[in-house]
Amino acid sequence: MTTWPILSVTTFLPLVGALIVYLSRGDDEAAKRNSRWIALWTTLITFAVSVLLVMRFDPSNADFQFVEKANWLATGITYHMGVDGISLPLVILTTAIMPFCIIASWKAITNRVREYMMAFLILETLMIGTFSALDLVLFYLFFEGGLIPMFLIIGVWGGPRRVYASFKFFLYTLLGSVLMLLAIMALYWNGGTTDIPTLMHTAVPRSLQTWAWLAFFASFAVKMPMWPVHTWLPDAHVEAPTAGSVVLAAILLKMGGYGFLRFSLPMFPLASHDFAPLIFTMSAIAIIYTSLVALMQEDMKKLIAYSSVAHMGFVTMGIFAGTMQGVAGGVFQMISHGIVSGALFLCVGIVYDRLHTREIAAYGGLVNRMPLYALTFMVFTMANVGLPGTSGFVGEFMTLLGTFKVSIPTAFFATSGVILSACYALWLYRKVVFGALVKPSLASMKDLTLRECVTLFPLIALTILFGVYPKPVLDMSAASVQQLVNNYNTAVTAVKAAALLH
Amino acid sequence: MVQAIVFLPLLGAILAGLIAIFGAHTRNPSGDAVEHHGDDHGHGAHAHTADSINEDASVIHESHHEPGDGHDDHHVSEPPAQGSRGAELITTALLFVSAALSWMTLVDVGFMHHDMRIPLLPWIQSGDLQVYWSLRVDTLTAVMLVVVTTVSSLVHLYSIGYMDEDPYRPRFFGYLSLFTFAMLMLVTADNLVQLFFGWEGVGLASYLLIGFWYQKPSANAAAIKAFVVNRVGDFGFALGIFAIFALAGSTDFETIFHAAPGLTGKTIDFLGWHADALTLTCLLLFMGAMGKSAQFLLHTWLPDAMEGPTPVSALIHAATMVTAGVFMVARLSPLFELAPNAQAVVMFFGATTAFFAATIGLVQNDIKRIVAYSTCSQLGYMFVAMGAGAYSVGMFHLFTHAFFKALLFLGSGSVIYAMHHEQDIRNMGGLWKKIPYTFAVMTVGTLALTGFPLFAGYFSKDAIIEAAYASHNPFSTYAYLLTIVAAGLTSFYSWRLVFKTFFGEPHDQEHYEAAHESPIWMLIPIGVLAVGSVLAGFPFKELFTGPHGVEEFFRESVKMNPHILEDMEHMPHLLGWLPFVMMVGGFLVSYTFYIRKPYLPVELANTQPGLYQFLLNKWYFDELYDVIFVRPAKWIGYQLWKKGDGFIIDGFGPDGISARVLDITRNVVKIQTGYLYHYAFAMLIGAAGLITWFMFGFGGQ
Repeated sequence: MTTWPILSVTTFLPLVGALIVYLSRGDDEAAKRNSRWIALWTTLITFAVSVLLVMRFDPSNADFQFVEKANWLATGITYHMGVDGISLPLVILTTAIMPFCIIASWKAITNRVREYMMAFLILETLMIGTFSALDLVLFYLFFEGGLIPMFLIIGVWGGPRRVYASFKFFLYTLLGSVLMLLAIMALYWNGGTTDIPTLMHTAVPRSLQTWAWLAFFASFAVKMPMWPVHTWLPDAHVEAPTAGSVVLAAILLKMGGYGFLRFSLPMFPLASHDFAPLIFTMSAIAIIYTSLVALMQEDMKKLIAYSSVAHMGFVTMGIFAGTMQGVAGGVFQMISHGIVSGALFLCVGIVYDRLHTREIAAYGGLVNRMPLYALTFMVFTMANVGLPGTSGFVGEFMTLLGTFKVSIPTAFFATSGVILSACYALWLYRKVVFGALVKPSLASMKDLTLRECVTLFPLIALTILFGVYPKPVLDMSAASVQQLVNNYNTAVTAVKAAALLH
Repeated sequence: MVQAIVFLPLLGAILAGLIAIFGAHTRNPSGDAVEHHGDDHGHGAHAHTADSINEDASVIHESHHEPGDGHDDHHVSEPPAQGSRGAELITTALLFVSAALSWMTLVDVGFMHHDMRIPLLPWIQSGDLQVYWSLRVDTLTAVMLVVVTTVSSLVHLYSIGYMDEDPYRPRFFGYLSLFTFAMLMLVTADNLVQLFFGWEGVGLASYLLIGFWYQKPSANAAAIKAFVVNRVGDFGFALGIFAIFALAGSTDFETIFHAAPGLTGKTIDFLGWHADALTLTCLLLFMGAMGKSAQFLLHTWLPDAMEGPTPVSALIHAATMVTAGVFMVARLSPLFELAPNAQAVVMFFGATTAFFAATIGLVQNDIKRIVAYSTCSQLGYMFVAMGAGAYSVGMFHLFTHAFFKALLFLGSGSVIYAMHHEQDIRNMGGLWKKIPYTFAVMTVGTLALTGFPLFAGYFSKDAIIEAAYASHNPFSTYAYLLTIVAAGLTSFYSWRLVFKTFFGEPHDQEHYEAAHESPIWMLIPIGVLAVGSVLAGFPFKELFTGPHGVEEFFRESVKMNPHILEDMEHMPHLLGWLPFVMMVGGFLVSYTFYIRKPYLPVELANTQPGLYQFLLNKWYFDELYDVIFVRPAKWIGYQLWKKGDGFIIDGFGPDGISARVLDITRNVVKIQTGYLYHYAFAMLIGAAGLITWFMFGFGGQ
């Protein structure tokens, strides 16, 4: 179908851009401007190429498409790329969000612009690679590689406590990944290959399933992040620069959910089934616990970070429900959360750029000076709350619906999240945007500039479009999700039937 | 035609919204820097950033610069937004078109029997979950269409006059039309998910409109309260949808109703409780209705919602949105008819609310709050009818109530407008001479509300009381008694409002002197509603309450209790007079208290301070909820944050580990003192220990 390796091009284009930025030396304003423009164009072209992926993607086919395979390290370890209906939406999300990140950093970043842009471009390559790698070793490389640029972005361009935050982030995630590496080795010894599609059809012995599941879980749960290993996220978000927060919330968090869908469920269905109650409990706790914590936050970014943890709770819950609506809802929720939370962090960034504080108490009455901003923020607040008609609703609704069939108590407790999310999100909005404008420091606040409108309005459009017409995303993933759910259920029922026979 | 009815208000909302946002944007320039007024010493590091950005921003800044840049005293002194009149006229005109089409639809559907189901777009589709955007019009919907668009168009018209001093009119009209659109989506929904869309959509519009004057902290608080309390109801609603989907495999009404008879007797294990599936589902859905319709326990938001502009109260918090819960139960009547226990709960809550809200209404002093509690109480009546299985009767009261309650609110608005935004009835009095037209229509509204013969409320309210009497619901006697008592209370507080406002001595001479009749924009709508308060009753009586009429008119759109309408006709005649007696009694007491012997109520309040305070403080529900929900949630949140995240997870996790690692290394470092005698001593001890061990260890053998 394709004559050129379109997926690899998408993956490595940003790296080429980073190389160009590296080659265009200089430290003056012109060089800074150049690196900004190069980065922007690179991300835009990458996005354009990824749109080709969508156009040529066959949504009725559940298997991997755009497959590329080449020899690499050893027998069984190959350079194997490909996307299916679960990974493609995430690839598109990545390529679509990156230009916004670059534009959002346009003026906020003034020192080490070249390095900053390079870090972002390299990060983009690693993120796309994570979602399209079809070999465990390759996946691990991309997955862990992503840590380094993010670590640098927080540690170099971050806020006052950036060193603490970046180390916390790094150590937390690394701890999980070490275990994952062990599990990858175990899988290699078991199956003689690290090829993901092959492994998906290889039966793994039950004991190994349990241990491998736990090892992968350790890594993905931290990435997700699930309660109780979520505490790195608020710190990382608070200290990261705006664009860093956007990437973190919109894309990096999705790697955990993607991992569950790509590895845990298809490769270890029995262990997934056994551990589902654990996941349900942790998800329900995450939703209630972090929502309550979010109620009391004094820092805008921290509040949104905690709300992210709650929203990710819906994703894990839906995925491990193992029902069509649950899994499809989980995928959709990841995309939706990518757009909405990314946009919320952009919104915070906008006022941070003006006043250089994220403290909620420092704001109030912004609507009097910033009507466009108020409108934008309202749309995303409502999407965060899960108002029907915004994309936030579709994901939450589907995951809850899918979970209700499997576990009523989980659905019951998780649904209470809709009350709490309304509390904290509206409280934040009220404190920041509504009210009279009395604080003198806010008197000269100005409304969104054209550049900021460019970053936010497309996201508004997507939020509402996917809320009213989520079909594009749902259809893209439907076949692959259906196959995943079928395989999972077949495996589980086979074991149950066998247990009954004995 | 139905598409036009539903989407014209959306078009109006979008146009008014665009006008509002463009107007607001031209008044508030863009720019991404703050000019620091010497308070930026702390931001030294960022100062040069800000400067470099300034050059760029100033370009954009200048292009929008206005002479009157320093409008700090924002509220009234500001000139109206550009295009205000345009936004008003567009939205109002579109709504009138929509209303005209709705009446045509009512005739077409109700009498010609042209029910419609119009699919629009696929929405959420995944596996066996197939949700479409589609419009369903049967008689039940058509009645709601008429109510919503008629009241909404009149309120739009009224608002042109009422809001004429407000600088943000385009935004206001945009919200009003947005609300109307959401409400229309709600009533035309063909599946539960779209119903939920409209449900939350009206919640959003309500939130925005209550908080319309966003500079008032009380308005913001009330807006959030309304949204959150509604969300508590929606929590149940959402679970109800999940349960139905789990049972029937669909969210479409047709499929659910077909599957419903087969679901009787099934059970769901709900948190360890083996509940009857249909009863549980209906109760969960009813929880949503309780939130939206401000029923007992979830009613606290409605009185606070009066912080919004008065036309909003009339439209949303009296005539339309709050009746959504009633509509939902009627819509799902095929389910509720199969779940008698759920019906019992519905009737219990309805009757309790009818009585409870009326008692609070007795002593309130804010004109709008009295009407708000009255609304709450009347909604309780409607739920009593729902619980009795007399859905058409409940809808009848919904229909008549929309007219006279909107009239009472808009009339109160006219009073408030005349009194320059004074809302306390203790500061009014004697106004009938100043604003005779408003007085006349308010009297019509009061007569209709209290159920004076031949006015609209007379037919619908008495029918509900009869239904409560005739039904076989376990709570029917309870409901009958409470609705009878509430009828007396209603009469008392309604006339109290009229007497204190329009009769007696003026209490605020200055405002009294300045009082004047409202502009024509406002007088026309209340006149129309006054006519409606009379005509909505008798001509429709047969269609809504006659066994034959209901069968012809509503047909399949509601599933009535098969015997209730006949049984209502067999009620003893003497008992049929009881509501009338109560109404007259309430009037007489009120007349005695506020016209003949105005000192009596004060004396009564002084002799019964406990009861008076209890009622005045609304049964202390706000305080109670604050203590059992709000504070604990905050406290737990804080504890989880500081203790849970900070102390336990971080303490035993990353921070703890890094601290222990540091401790160990620090202690290891301490051992390495560098003094030879320390090392020698340690060596000696070690050697001694080793020898001892060898001696005793081997010696023992």
